[in-house]
Amino acid sequence: MSENRYAIFLGCTVPVRAFNYELSMRRVSEKLGIELVDIPQFACCGYPIEGVHHDSSLSVAAMNLALAEKQGLDIIALCSACTGHLTKVQKLFESEDNAEEKEHINNILKNLGLEYTGKTKVRHFARVLLEDIGLDKLKEAVTQPLEGVRIAPHYGCHYVKPSDIFDGFDDPIHPESLDMLIEATGATYLDYKNRMQCCGGGILAINEETPTNMVKAKLENIKTVEADAMTLICPFCNIMYDEMQKAIKEKFDIDYNIPVFFYPQLLGLAMGMDPKKDLGIKKKQLAVLLKTESESE
Amino acid sequence: MIETNNLDKDFKYEFAKEHGGENIKHCFTCGTCSVVCPVFDLEENFDPRKIIRMIILGMRDEVLKSETIWLCSGCYSCYELCPRDVKITNVFSAARNMAVREGHTPPAMRTSVDFLNKLGRLLEVSDFENTVREKKEIPTLELTIPQVKEILKKAGIQEAMDGGEANE
Repeated sequence: MSENRYAIFLGCTVPVRAFNYELSMRRVSEKLGIELVDIPQFACCGYPIEGVHHDSSLSVAAMNLALAEKQGLDIIALCSACTGHLTKVQKLFESEDNAEEKEHINNILKNLGLEYTGKTKVRHFARVLLEDIGLDKLKEAVTQPLEGVRIAPHYGCHYVKPSDIFDGFDDPIHPESLDMLIEATGATYLDYKNRMQCCGGGILAINEETPTNMVKAKLENIKTVEADAMTLICPFCNIMYDEMQKAIKEKFDIDYNIPVFFYPQLLGLAMGMDPKKDLGIKKKQLAVLLKTESESE
Repeated sequence: MIETNNLDKDFKYEFAKEHGGENIKHCFTCGTCSVVCPVFDLEENFDPRKIIRMIILGMRDEVLKSETIWLCSGCYSCYELCPRDVKITNVFSAARNMAVREGHTPPAMRTSVDFLNKLGRLLEVSDFENTVREKKEIPTLELTIPQVKEILKKAGIQEAMDGGEANE
């Protein structure tokens, strides 16, 4: 499909709970020559109801995919769960098997004047940066490297798993793509204990205690390696690690005080973009990245 | 103690016909899933190996009525490492779909379906979000996407939740 021109898929969480992720991603994309097309009828990806009703979940995904396919566009997604679910359905349709299921789903879409054939593909924004722009070009675009900033990456699960749908673009157990993307900004990426641990967001609605403990365990491991900040690439992981720090402070009386950045915020800053206007970075957070706070300590 | 008279010996065959349950009988109980499970690590009531065993043994009601099948966080760690390709994350989707059809939909899931019917998204986009978007010269969003409701209706989600065997 057309080069560097994509439909941008926001899903449910990004526009309401992670607008700064979207803002920074759009500004960075513009500067890197990635053209984004908004499709007004893009809805939920369908993943949240996978456990309720298989056919509905796949059909909602197929609706989104069909809308992009109608315009001859591939999709860039920001949420890892959206990326995973849409990719799963794309692979189902791309395959020569599953004729009956594909027909059943397209039959559900028919009244909307839509049909999905499997042509429109889906990738996460981080993967597009890596594969389409490439590390060399990203490094060239960096004018103000974030030297000396120690970043703990959180990959999130659906960005790389299940690996059988992601064309081997990264290793599902020991991934490196986000490390490399962090390095491209001039910052230092950190390894830490249990770094592939899930954020627990998937069960937050069912049971709050367990995911809170999961988040706490990870923040503890990140604190141990003396990270300046954490970076991630999924809006739901962000809810867990950023917003939940307040709840953990109240419940356990532990203040981890770990700033959490969406990757395009880091990249945009290193590219010399306006931290507030273009990237939605708060003043206090900015001090961490510019190392202006630690100097005074 | 397990009462053998109460076991549904056909449950595993029924389960293997469900989307995601196809490989259930491959399991040889090695426990890799439980070892790598980030939920089991902190919540001993959620033991994937045990739940898979219960499915194979035919403990139908104990599985489908239980809250534990809803505690899989969907991280795919076990899915990646299972030596028997049981596709355990999908096993939990299958169990959940079956539980829903038998009337055991958790309230949180009903709420999700309500939101999708009403808005087409799980979270409400309001005028506030669109005002911010306009200010940043980013395209505004439709407040609702009614096509989702049409799809859910045609796919039969309500019948499934009401306990009808919509898949048959």
